[in-house]
Amino acid sequence: MTLAEKSAKRPTDKSVGKRSPDTRGGPRSPRSRFLRSLPLHVVLIVVGAVMAVPLLYAVLSGFKSTDQLSRNPVGLPDPWVGSNYSGILASTDFWRLVGNSTFIAIATALLVVAVSALAAFSFARFAFRGREVLFTLFTMGLMFPFAVAALPLFLLLRAMGLLDNPLGVILPQAAFGLPMTIIILRGFFRQIPGELEEAATLDGCGPFGFFWRVLLPMARPALGTVSVLAVVTSWNNFFLPLLVFTESTWWTIPIGVQQFQGQYSADTARVFAYLVLAMVPALAFYSVAERQLVGGLTAGATKG
Amino acid sequence: MTSTFPPVEKTGTRTDPPPSPRSAVRGRRRQRTRNWLTAVGFQVPALLLFAALVLLPILFAGYAAFFRWGGFGMPSDYIGGENFTRLFKDPVFLGDLWRCFLLVALSLALQLPFALALAVMLNQRMRGRAVYRMLFFAPYVLSEAITGVLFAMIFAPGDGLADQLLGKVGLEGLGGEWFADPDMVMATLFLVMTWKYFGFHMMLYLAGLQAVPKELTEAALIDGAGPWQRFRNVTLPLLAPTIRISVFLSVIGAIQLFDLVWVITQGGPDHHSETMAVTMFQYGFKRYQVGYASAISVVMFGISLVFALAYQRFVLRRDLEGATTTMRGGVK
Repeated sequence: MTLAEKSAKRPTDKSVGKRSPDTRGGPRSPRSRFLRSLPLHVVLIVVGAVMAVPLLYAVLSGFKSTDQLSRNPVGLPDPWVGSNYSGILASTDFWRLVGNSTFIAIATALLVVAVSALAAFSFARFAFRGREVLFTLFTMGLMFPFAVAALPLFLLLRAMGLLDNPLGVILPQAAFGLPMTIIILRGFFRQIPGELEEAATLDGCGPFGFFWRVLLPMARPALGTVSVLAVVTSWNNFFLPLLVFTESTWWTIPIGVQQFQGQYSADTARVFAYLVLAMVPALAFYSVAERQLVGGLTAGATKG
Repeated sequence: MTSTFPPVEKTGTRTDPPPSPRSAVRGRRRQRTRNWLTAVGFQVPALLLFAALVLLPILFAGYAAFFRWGGFGMPSDYIGGENFTRLFKDPVFLGDLWRCFLLVALSLALQLPFALALAVMLNQRMRGRAVYRMLFFAPYVLSEAITGVLFAMIFAPGDGLADQLLGKVGLEGLGGEWFADPDMVMATLFLVMTWKYFGFHMMLYLAGLQAVPKELTEAALIDGAGPWQRFRNVTLPLLAPTIRISVFLSVIGAIQLFDLVWVITQGGPDHHSETMAVTMFQYGFKRYQVGYASAISVVMFGISLVFALAYQRFVLRRDLEGATTTMRGGVK
C-alpha cells in the first residue's frame, strides 16, 4: 500500500494539488493537518452546540427558581436552587411513573422477544408451505404506521376490558414490535450452521430442544439487540398509553411529562427540572447500550 | 440453511425399511404433515398476537369507515362512501395532506443531506469522533413527549431561550411567536424534527459508509479524483441503498407524525400544524365521530400502502439482493 501510495504521489500532487490544495496528497506536518481539519471541527462544534444547548439549558433552568429564570433566562443559576430537583425526586408520583415505565418496557421486551424468537426460528430453519406468504405478511407490518390502527385498536381494547390495564399497552406494543424483531432474529438464526442442528438431532434433540438449548444461547447478542430496541420503543411510547390509561395509576413517563407541564405551566423552572429527570433514564440506558441500540436500528432499517 | 427437512426425512426412510411402496408414500406424507405442524406451531403465538392486534384493527377500520358511528355498540348506520367524499372536501384534511408533503419535501431537501454531510465528516478518523456521534444521536432516544415539552418551552414567545438568545445578539427581529404563529409553526416544527431525527439518519449513513470498501476510494484518489469527485462518483452510488431506506423511513415517519405535534400545538394555531394522525385523533377521541375518523385511518393506510408498494417496486427493487450488507453492525 505504501508503495502504491508513493508511486502515485507525484501524479496526484500535480493533477489534484493545484485545484484543491487540501487533498490528502499534500505534506503531512501536524500543523497543516490541523489547519486542514479546522473548518471541519468548526462545523462539528457548531452542530454539537445546537444539539447540546437545549439540553444544558433545561438542566441549568432546573437549578433556578421560576422568578430567577424570568430575570436571568440565559446565564448560570445564582444562587443554585436544588429544591426543584429534590422536590420531584422526593415525590412518590415521579417514582411511580418510573416504575410503570420500567415494568411495561420489560414486560413488552420479554413478550415480543420470546414470541418473535419462536417465529424467527421457524422462518429460519424450516422449509414449509406458506412460509414466504407468512413472512411477507409480517414484513408488511413494518410499513404501516401505528396511527393507522390506533382508533380500532382502542375500540378493541375497550371491548376486551383492557383500558387502564398495563396489558392494554404491553400486548399491542409487542404485536407492533413483531415485524422488526422477527426480521432481525431470522437473519441471525440463519447464520448458524446447519451441522450444529444435525449434531443436535443425532444427540436426540427435538426441534424445540435444539431451539432452547443450542440456538438461543448462541443468539445472545442478537437477543440483546432486539431487547434493547423493544425497551427503548416502549419507554418512549406516547400515543398508546395516552389512549389506554385514562387514570393516573398506570401513567408512564411521557404521559406524566405532558400532564406535569399542563399542571405546573406557570412554574417553568420546575417543569424543566421534571423534564431533565425524565430524560435521565433514557440517556443513561443509551450510554450503556449504545452499541446494541445503534446496531439494532441500522440492522432493522437496512433489513426491512 | 433450512436443513430440518432433508435430514429428518432421511432418518425416516432409513429406520423403517419400506415394506410396500404405498405405505412408504403414506409415511412420508405423514412425516411431512408433522413437519409442517411443527414449523407452523412455532408461528402460532406470533400469528395470534399479530392477527388480533395489528391486522384485525386495520380491517375493522376499513369496515367502520362506511358508517356514521359514534363508537358505541356496533356500527349500524351505513352511509356508503360518504365519509370519504366528506374527507376529500374537508379543508383541514386537505391541509394535512399538504403539510405531510411539505415535511417530506423539507426532509429530503434539507434534513437528509445535512445528515449525510455530517456522516461523511464523522466517517474519518479524528479526535472526538465518538463524542460527536453520541451527541448527535442522543435526541433520538428521547421520548417525543419530552422533546415536545422541552421545545415548546424553548420557543415560548418572549421568555423562551430562542427569543432570549436572538435578543442577546441583536436579532430580536428574527424572533417571534414560533409555534403560536400560523406562518412559522411548520418551520419551527421542522427545526425540532431535524434536531430530533437527523442523528438517526446520520447513523444509518455511517453504517452504510463503513461498508464502502476503502480500496475503491483509494483507487479513485490514485486516479486523480478530487474529494468531491470521489464522493460523487464512488461513495454516493455505493451508499444509494442506504439513502433509499432512509428516504422511505422519513416518508413513513411524516405520514404518521403525531406525538410531537400533539404535545406542542395539538395541531394549532387554527389547524396550521395539524397532521392526519392528529385530525384522526380529534374526530375519533374528542368528537366521537368514529366512522369519520376510521375513514381517515383508512386513507392513511392507503397512502402508506401505495407508497410502500410503489417504493418497493420502483426504487428498492435493485437492492433486493446483497445490497443490505450493513447487518454486520448490529448482529454479531
